[in-house]
Amino acid sequence: MSCTGGGAGVFVKFSRLFVKRPRWELVKMSINCKLSGSNGTSQDSFKPRKSKEVLHETYSARKWRRKFLLLWFFGVAVTIGSIWFLLSFDRGALGRKGQSSDSCEEGARVLLRHFNVSKNQLHALGSLFSDSDQIASLECTKGPGPEMLINDVIACALKVPCSKKQEFQQHIRWVAEDGGSNGKCPVQDEIEFRKPDQSLPDESASFVSQSTTSIISQDFGKRREVDCAEDHCKLLSFDLIKECWWVLVGMIVSCILFGYNLKFWRKQNQKLAQLKPVLQQHQQLLQMNQHQLSHSPPRGAGKWRKKLLIIFVLLGVLVSIWLFWHMHEKIISRREETLANMCDERARMLQDQFNVSMNHVHALAILVSTFHHGKNPSAIDQKTFGEYTKRTDFERPLTSGVAYALKVPHLERKQFEEQHGWTIKKMGTEDQTLVQDCIPDKLDPAPIQDEYAPVIFSQETVSHIVSIDMMSGKEDRENILRARASGKGVLTSPFKLLKSNHLGVVLTFAVYDTDLPPHATPEQRIEATVGYLGASYDVPSLVEKLLHQLSSKQTIVVNVYDTTNASAPILMYGTDVTDTGLLHVSSLDFGDPSRKHEMHCRFKHKPPLPWTAINASVGLLVITLLVGHIFHAAISRIAKVEEDFREMMELKARAEAADVAKSQFLATVSHEIRTPMNGVLGMLQMLMETDLDVNQMDYANTALTSGKDLIALINEVLDQAKIESGRLELEAVPFDLRSVLDNVLSLFSGKSNEKGIEKLAVYVSDRLPEVVIGDPGRFRQIITNLVGNSIKFTRDKGHVFVSVHLADEVRSPLDVRDAVLKQGLELVQDTSSIIYDSLSGFPVVNRWKSWEKFTKSSCIDSKVAPEMIRLLVTVEDTGVGIPEDAQSRIFTPFVQADSSTSRNYGGTGIGLSISKCLVDLMDGEIGFVSKCGIGSTFSFTVSFRKGESTSLDTKWQPYDAGVLEVPGGRALVIDKRSVRAEVNKYHLKRLGITADIAPSLKSACAYLSSGSCTSAPADLPIVLIDKDAWDKESGIAFHHLLKMPKKNDGKDIQVDLSKIFLLATTISSDERLELKTSGLVDNVLMKPLRLSVLITCFQENFGSGKKSEVNRKKPPTLQNLLRGKQILVVDDNLVNRRVAEGALKKYGAIVTCVESGKAALEKLKPPHSFDACFMDFQMPEMDGFEATRQIRSMESQFNKQITSGKTSTELLGNVAYWHTPILAMTADVIQATNEECLKCGMDDYVSKPFEEEQLYNALRGHGKNGRCHALLIFPPLVISSIMESELATNLRVQECMDLVSAIRCLCFSLFFLCSIYGSNHQAFCGSISALDKVIQPLLPLFCFENMSILWKRTMLALLIVSITPTKSEGELEQWCIADEQTPDDELQIALDWACGKGGADCSKIQVNQPCYLPNTVRDHASYAFNNYFQKFKHRGGSCYFKGAAIITELDPSHSSCQYEFHP
Amino acid sequence: MDSVVQLQRQLVDYTVQLFNEGLLDDQFNQLQQLQDESNPDFVVEVVTLFFEDSERLLDELAKALEQQSVDYTKIDAHVHQLKGSSSSIGAQRVQKVCIDFRNFCEERNIEGQVYLQLTCQKCLHQVKREYSLVKTKLETLFKLEQKVLAAGGSIPWPM
Repeated sequence: MSCTGGGAGVFVKFSRLFVKRPRWELVKMSINCKLSGSNGTSQDSFKPRKSKEVLHETYSARKWRRKFLLLWFFGVAVTIGSIWFLLSFDRGALGRKGQSSDSCEEGARVLLRHFNVSKNQLHALGSLFSDSDQIASLECTKGPGPEMLINDVIACALKVPCSKKQEFQQHIRWVAEDGGSNGKCPVQDEIEFRKPDQSLPDESASFVSQSTTSIISQDFGKRREVDCAEDHCKLLSFDLIKECWWVLVGMIVSCILFGYNLKFWRKQNQKLAQLKPVLQQHQQLLQMNQHQLSHSPPRGAGKWRKKLLIIFVLLGVLVSIWLFWHMHEKIISRREETLANMCDERARMLQDQFNVSMNHVHALAILVSTFHHGKNPSAIDQKTFGEYTKRTDFERPLTSGVAYALKVPHLERKQFEEQHGWTIKKMGTEDQTLVQDCIPDKLDPAPIQDEYAPVIFSQETVSHIVSIDMMSGKEDRENILRARASGKGVLTSPFKLLKSNHLGVVLTFAVYDTDLPPHATPEQRIEATVGYLGASYDVPSLVEKLLHQLSSKQTIVVNVYDTTNASAPILMYGTDVTDTGLLHVSSLDFGDPSRKHEMHCRFKHKPPLPWTAINASVGLLVITLLVGHIFHAAISRIAKVEEDFREMMELKARAEAADVAKSQFLATVSHEIRTPMNGVLGMLQMLMETDLDVNQMDYANTALTSGKDLIALINEVLDQAKIESGRLELEAVPFDLRSVLDNVLSLFSGKSNEKGIEKLAVYVSDRLPEVVIGDPGRFRQIITNLVGNSIKFTRDKGHVFVSVHLADEVRSPLDVRDAVLKQGLELVQDTSSIIYDSLSGFPVVNRWKSWEKFTKSSCIDSKVAPEMIRLLVTVEDTGVGIPEDAQSRIFTPFVQADSSTSRNYGGTGIGLSISKCLVDLMDGEIGFVSKCGIGSTFSFTVSFRKGESTSLDTKWQPYDAGVLEVPGGRALVIDKRSVRAEVNKYHLKRLGITADIAPSLKSACAYLSSGSCTSAPADLPIVLIDKDAWDKESGIAFHHLLKMPKKNDGKDIQVDLSKIFLLATTISSDERLELKTSGLVDNVLMKPLRLSVLITCFQENFGSGKKSEVNRKKPPTLQNLLRGKQILVVDDNLVNRRVAEGALKKYGAIVTCVESGKAALEKLKPPHSFDACFMDFQMPEMDGFEATRQIRSMESQFNKQITSGKTSTELLGNVAYWHTPILAMTADVIQATNEECLKCGMDDYVSKPFEEEQLYNALRGHGKNGRCHALLIFPPLVISSIMESELATNLRVQECMDLVSAIRCLCFSLFFLCSIYGSNHQAFCGSISALDKVIQPLLPLFCFENMSILWKRTMLALLIVSITPTKSEGELEQWCIADEQTPDDELQIALDWACGKGGADCSKIQVNQPCYLPNTVRDHASYAFNNYFQKFKHRGGSCYFKGAAIITELDPSHSSCQYEFHP
Repeated sequence: MDSVVQLQRQLVDYTVQLFNEGLLDDQFNQLQQLQDESNPDFVVEVVTLFFEDSERLLDELAKALEQQSVDYTKIDAHVHQLKGSSSSIGAQRVQKVCIDFRNFCEERNIEGQVYLQLTCQKCLHQVKREYSLVKTKLETLFKLEQKVLAAGGSIPWPM
């Protein structure tokens, strides 16, 4: 199991490892896998893993995996195919092995038969002699004549006891067996075979053994050959196996290459895909994409892959063709070899058998010679001969008969005829005698010839030829002549045999009467001839027998030809068969050199189709084509995917571009619309200042309102576009959360009053830090949107309540400590009560539900980000609510709850969408809960960083206890509704006043009289009474109780310390008058209660002398920036120059104009007195860029001189670092130019014609770089000394220095003091008064020409502050400085102050003076200031308001302000 | 008094007409805003400067175009100057024609010399036409203003 498990594991990883593993391992793995695949359980075990992996992979990866699996299956198929192929090869080899063993057995059988034959021969010879009487009489004692050699030997042998003969025979058999068993060492065998040769000097025995040996050795040779062939085959098959492996390897390697290739491209594509388009880099991305697309390497790779595929397929086809050819060749050659082997074997055997027979005949001839001619009387007669031949017939199985003819010369014919009693007869016909079936008696006597060869003895089978003269037949005569001449057996050409009608040959041996010398001449031989022995052979039966002995007779066809006449071979055996292709010719030697015989072998059947080769090659071809197809499919798929990918990328880029373009268009258009709209509004406002009748005023008013709505809408669209295009960036500045909320409140106070909404209230949990870091503008925008909506949808009654908590506070309802929250919670629990304890007494929805779904609130871990806090802001209203079905889509842009909404309430429905976007940007969530008819509560969370209170040090913090001198610092709030009371308490708390709450006047009385504050009523200086809780009677009682003079130790305590304020939403003037005159209340406060209103009110009532410090560090305006500054304008165009001069002069700058870059160089050579330079780009001779470069190099040289001390800074206006701000003036602002500007050292650019705002921004950014910068390079000595408290002393010491540096020192000190004491008026004044003596002598210097405007302003400020203690309070209060740049919260202070001092009643603005429709703080302030300055306008100075902005400059040159200081 | 009001109305109408025709743009407004007590004749001064400068430039342009081998760099510089000054006073149409002119000059490599010269002359004619138009109109405007002032009225607030 572990094995299969491992296999499965490998299988799982296979697709990934495919390209990494070495190929053999791969094959192994595939085999493993196959094994494991057969196991069902392992299949199951790998499936889940696979699916799990699939889950983790991307879609594309899955696709690739599928491909690789396919490949793997394919690999398995290839492996199986090749294995099958190889196995089939092996089987073929084995089969042949079996065959060869068969042939071996066959050989052994043949051998055995041969032995038997020789044995039988010997036996026959023995029996011949033993049975015949004549032979029995033979004596061995006779000396062995040379002619009797053989007989002697035989006779001797006969004397050997029979047992020995048996031994001999056994020996022979043993040899044969040995030869059979020891087939593998033929050499040894041959040695053993020679042993009997030596031990038995018997010719016949040696002959036997020799023949045996030769046969055996032949057989061995054959065996060896077979073995060799086998080996060869093995070798061949091994070669083939190797080839197959190589092909396989090649295929796998190509697969791997493919895999790599694919993987590589996949990687590239992934890389491509990973390139996330960032909106800012969008254009770049687009270009890059296009570049990549145009580059398009994948296409090239695709081509390459295709080529590779084609090559691969071609190679596969070639290999399969080659394999076929190769295997076919092998088969054919093997076949040929087999044929040759078989043929040769047959030929040899035939030859051997024939030779054996021939030898027998030869022996017979010698027998005749010995016993017929050697004996007198002859020992042989016809009868003996017949009998002997008959009995030894088995030795010559192939001869049809033997006959002996005597040589008879013509002279002896008569004597011979007489002796035998018959005449010599002639052979019958022209045909060969032996062939004819004839009777000798009918034949004619032989014609007279020189000599005759009448047959005297014959075998019984051919007894009919006795007396026939063999010399009379042409063939026989030739035969006889040749035989006696050569002394060897001679063959005739084949002819038809007599009886069998088979083709046969006649063998003739000559019989000599005397011993012939070993090398006798033919003449001697002829002379010695006494007769002829002939034997006829039946060739077909001979061959037939032979073939019968051998197996595989069926497979081959054997033909034997007599080819003595080469041109006309005579067929001796076999039939003419159809040509089956292969033919093997073996020559036969039958012992007659004059005759030639051949054996032709061929297979019976045509060779079968080479299925092995076909199978292998076709298999390979199919595999190749399959692989090719698979890869082709893969390639085309890849190409398609790549194409798709490219298309998608293109589309994506286009879509993104379109989106960005849309947002840009929106942003641009919105921005562009704003500019003319401002003009329209401004004009409308100015129009309304003129004398218009009521109708006209109404029209103009409507137009203005619409215009403002339009502007608001455009701003919202712009916001949306900005958010969508990702260009909205949040600020991270410290701000006071509470004052932001105050601003919102005051913004809507007018509106809420107008609508008669009971309360618009704000509550901030005291757990929130005072200062947070975030984007106040956007935070405000969200709240404004929500509150605006709430007010819009709340009609006539109810309230809008904004509360801010920490998100942590609401985590669980159980541990809520905050009173307001708790009440909210109780409210939910106590729904049965009829009068709700909400702000206005109307029912509200369960606000808890609005943030229930928030997930992030609990995520913030204070440990991870301790400086982060999460705010939860809820805006609760009692409006109409949102219908259920619309609740899901209210955050969608431009979708409102109901189509009738915009009809009834106006608006575009974009506000909430923007709010949601903003909240998302602030890492928060927004949600709401709403019920039709009851109201809605919107909640959102935002993340801010905790800010240090000191981080807001530049801000004015007016609520210090020191500023607001409320004695005692305690208050009593009397209100029926606890929530409302809590809100009031919260406001008081912000002023540092702790408040107690009493639900009604009566309980308040009880509270007062209970003695909890018996010490002094002064402990309770403030009493806030809600109008709801007010009734006259108890009011009087309470007043009485509170104001009742208490005598304490006989001293009158100041009785009028406690002040009673009535809080009212609406109050008629009659009521107010009544209350005031009755003296029951000290003042009436209008709701919504705001901190600023409270402060103003308290200040008025408690008469604090230093309660309002509204003179502020004044933010610079363009005029402030430019006034008195020396500015150089460089332009070659006269008109342009004049216009620029005019524009700059208008803002108070001192303008010098030059018309070329060179002139500018002259002017700007340090030291100079210019504060800034405006430079045109395109100028003849030297353009703006070049000029700037040269100026910068000049400055840097100069700066080096300063630092090295070569030039005294004192002489050069004490400027230690020269860098004149150079601003480019250009008519066409494009990005490239801007970058070029900055590159050549310009600081910024302004577009021609000058636009005030742009000019201001450009200049403001670089104010530091100019002279003002010099202030900051005071020696550290001065700074540290100023840090000391003995400021004045130190400054006096500084006084001794030269005048200019003294002034600078002074100014710096002042700046420093402002920053230190800015929030602490008294301390500040104290310090300044110490400077009086210093300042007085310096005053004449204020007209110092070189002083920049900032200095002058600083000086002026110093002067003012220094004289402050001696001036009256009212005059100081004129120092309310506000302008366009003033932040809203500061403006609010100024507004409240102006309202208080100038007597403007903002709540009545739209009632009494129809020229304004206050919407923003600016409007209010604008109005209030106007009012104020109108009031103090004694000398005809005018106060000019441009649009919604205010220009109330603190500036000596401004007539409206100046008179206050120089009355 | 009525005549003053009438004159003032006439002046306003005329100015509006100039703006509507596209002869002038916002820049002229801005110029008018720059004019105050300390600089009472600012607009007239600037416009007069513009006239002088433009006439000089137009002369030079005409001269340059009459030459055998036209120096297009020079022409380009002149037209640029003219464009700059016209945009400074808000003569919108002159400015636009100048921009076209410059574009032609920049494309000089593409067009044939003779053709280009002809085109430039055509452009110059156009510029001259626009210039004289705006000049006439502005002069009329100033005359109207002077009439108003002479009648004792004040120049109405610019649009």
